[in-house]
Formats: sequence, C-alpha cells, structure tokens
Amino acid sequence: MSAVRVLVGTRKGAFIITSDGKRQKWEVSGPHFGGWEIYHMKGSPVDPNRIYASQSSSWFGQIIQRSDDGGKTWSQPGTPAGEVTTTPDGIPKAESNKFVYETTGASGQPLMTHQMHDGTQQPWAFKRIWHLEPSLTDVDLVYAGAEDAAFFYSTDGAKNWKEKPGLRDADGPKWMPGAGGLGLHTIVLDKNNPKRIFIAISAAGAFRTEDGGDTWKPINRGLKSNYMPDETAEVGHCVHRIAMHPSRPNTLFMQKHWDVMRTDDAGDNWREVSGNLPSDFGFPIDVHAHEPETIYVVPITSDSLHYPPEGKLRVYRSKTGGGEWEALTSGLPQKDCYVNVLRDAMAVDTLDDCGIYFGTTGGQVYCSPDGGNNWHAIARDLPAVCSVEVQTLR
Amino acid sequence: MQIVRVILPFHLQTLAGCQREVGISVEAPITAGRVIDAIEHRYPTLRGAIRDFHSQKRRPLVRFFADGEDLSHQPLDAPLPEAVAAGREPFLVVGAIAGG
Repeated sequence: MSAVRVLVGTRKGAFIITSDGKRQKWEVSGPHFGGWEIYHMKGSPVDPNRIYASQSSSWFGQIIQRSDDGGKTWSQPGTPAGEVTTTPDGIPKAESNKFVYETTGASGQPLMTHQMHDGTQQPWAFKRIWHLEPSLTDVDLVYAGAEDAAFFYSTDGAKNWKEKPGLRDADGPKWMPGAGGLGLHTIVLDKNNPKRIFIAISAAGAFRTEDGGDTWKPINRGLKSNYMPDETAEVGHCVHRIAMHPSRPNTLFMQKHWDVMRTDDAGDNWREVSGNLPSDFGFPIDVHAHEPETIYVVPITSDSLHYPPEGKLRVYRSKTGGGEWEALTSGLPQKDCYVNVLRDAMAVDTLDDCGIYFGTTGGQVYCSPDGGNNWHAIARDLPAVCSVEVQTLR
Repeated sequence: MQIVRVILPFHLQTLAGCQREVGISVEAPITAGRVIDAIEHRYPTLRGAIRDFHSQKRRPLVRFFADGEDLSHQPLDAPLPEAVAAGREPFLVVGAIAGG
C-alpha cells in the first residue's frame, strides 16, 4: 500500500500532512516547533523515517532537528538530553546547531567579505540554514545551504557540521544578498555521480562541483540580468531555483529572478524557455517524476508585485521542456488571489500518476494527484508556507 | 556553589524542555556569563541560542534583566546584583519586543 508524507515548513512551525496513495483524504499533524520559522524539512531517500529540519528564529538562532521515526518525535542530534556534552578534556562532543565559516578557501586565499546591496564589503556571518539536502546513498550524510551563502555538510547525521569553503572561492566578494538575504537555497544531487552537485544562491548564481564540493565553478553563461552593471557577468545573477530529472543529470531547468532557463550541458550554457508564460518572474520550478520534459512553474506578476498575474493562481506546465506552456487552473482560485509561492515550496511525488504539490504565503497547500490537471487544498489555513517536500512511501 | 533562579522565555523553555523558572547551580562570583555557562551545561541545546556561538556575545534580540535593572549591556563578567546571587530575585532572559 503506497502513501505520501508531505513535509511543510512555515513561518510558525512545521506540519506533516499524510495520505494514502489516492491522495484524496489528508491528515495534518503539527505544529511541530510551534512559533519557530521552519525554512526547510527533507527526508532521507535511504531511510524515509530519517527527516532533517531547519528551525530558526531571529531571536534565538539556528536549531537543527532530526527525526528517526518519520516525524513523530524529534531531537537535536548534537545535544542529546542527559548526556555530557564535552569530552573529559572539555572539548565539545557534538554541536548540531553550530556552523563555523572557514577563514581560507580551497585555494588558500582568505575568505573575508561579500558585497552588500550598496556595493560595500561586509564580513561573512552565519544567519540561518535555508535548505537541507540528504544524500541519495548515505543516511548520515546531509548537505546544508546557509545564509550568508555557504555550503556545509555533516557525515554523522547532523551532529557536527563543516563548511566546504571552496565555493566561496568562486568570486565570493562579488556575491550580493537578494531581497531575502544572501542565501544558498538550492542543492541538487546527481544520482549517477555523487561527486557532482549543483547549487544556487541569491544573488550570486548557479555553481557546480565535480569533486564533492571541494572546488566549484560558476555556471551562468547565457543568463542575462538587467539589474547588474554587466548583464552577463559570470556571477551576481539572482537564481531562484534549479530542478533536474534524475534520469537526465545534464539537463537543468531554472527559474531566475526574471526568465525561465534551460541547459542541456550541465550548466555550461543556458537558453531561455519562458515562451508564452504570462510572466517569467517566479520562484519555484519542478520536473514531473516520470516525464523529464514536463516542467512546472508558478508565474508571479513581477519583482515588485509578488502575487499572481490578474489575481489568478495558475500553475503553468510545459510538456516540451519549456517554450510552450499551458495554464493549470482546475481547483485553484481564479479571482482575488494575491499569495506568493516561495522557491522551496513545490515538490513532486513518484507515484504512478505523479502528484504535484505547492504551498503559498497564504497558508494553503495544494495537491494535484494527476500531474497538474486538477488541484485541491490539503491544508488551507497554515502560517505562511516556506517549503514543501514530499516523501513517497511504499 | 549557589542556586541562581533563572527565568527563560517561552521558546527556550520548549527547546530545553524545562519550566519557566529553573534553579541553576553557579560558582561564585555570580556573573551573567557564569549563569549562562551553567544554563548551557544543563541544557546543551541552548548553546548558541542566548549567546552567539562564535562571538560569545549576547544575541541582539535577547535581553537580560534582574532586580529591576536592565543588564543587557553590562559585561558578561560583571557581578550580578546581590539579590540574584542570593536567590531572592531571578535572572531574566527575555526575547526583545520587536514587531507584532
């Protein structure tokens, strides 16, 4: 018997929404970590009962939570209750909430500052974890994308974290925060090559490593951003999201600040596939689980107007890998709708009839159990949704 | 060792799994830094939540009060009021009011 588990991170806690494979009746559990911002939760592909969550607060900082029973119970992995937290020598044993930036990059050059909105330089400072990406093969290996943008990893189930500083070697002083902060928000793994990872940062662009994160290359050729002095610069682009179908690791789809883009050579060259979209501004983008050329976006009016064009919430689907798009509206509000859909708030399940999910800043979570043709709300009145992930349970 | 009464804000209570007020054993001289050291030792998940992990300074939106005084800007190694050290008054860790 198949089932799905939807992991929803919101501004005021986490919610877990479950259904059987029919995806018609839903049960909501939560809030977990009530009152805290949950930027992201994601389950391990190796063991779906292992779920990682990023819990944060402007007041009290970053907490990493882990569940080993599918979200029923949680703990902070580095600080087990009742255990002594230091070795006999006084050295901390594990600090799952601690993210320390390296001071030199892989090149040996010091990593001092990044750019601020006004062009001045600012020291790197940890603020929060935007995204957690569990390994495809190792239940205890998990990657984390930080603000200020940096790439962290843990090899012990999130008990301890270490940075891969080579990323910030890639022109880090030229990176600048997007409106939401200088966040590393997207981590895409390649199931055919565990050493190859793609990431994206607002506003720095997309980057690729071929050696497991030690060294990185900007992959932004073909992107054009008219808010930069050099519209086609190697870094500085506000990439909102990247998606890949596991069977085609060289093909990536990108929702940029403006423009929907596509590459077929692992990011070496991008071309625009916005086609007939009513607006090519937006945040999430995702790929159908079984059709590598079927992709989904949610157009937003503009960078100044963060709500759907004409007050109509429409998911757009392209079955041609971009270029030609159709509006999907059945079950979605088609008047007076002024919510946004954030970059990490769309996901797909892998059931035979692929389910598509997204959450809104108005607190609704929608599901289409038939690839986007028909939608229904699986939750209507949650806090603003930051992230949506789906686990397919068999 | 002396028992210092500490009152924690709601979110730190839930994080640590403790009551609003906790009694913490602290070695004299009683300072805010020593009180927080003791809190973090008992509730390790609060490491980084009151003081920044890296700078060990008070987080910007956390305030300290005791015996009617705002101690937020006092050095962490400054002695706390005698009433706190003696356990008559609690040491308050407060989340700053910032927005609705």
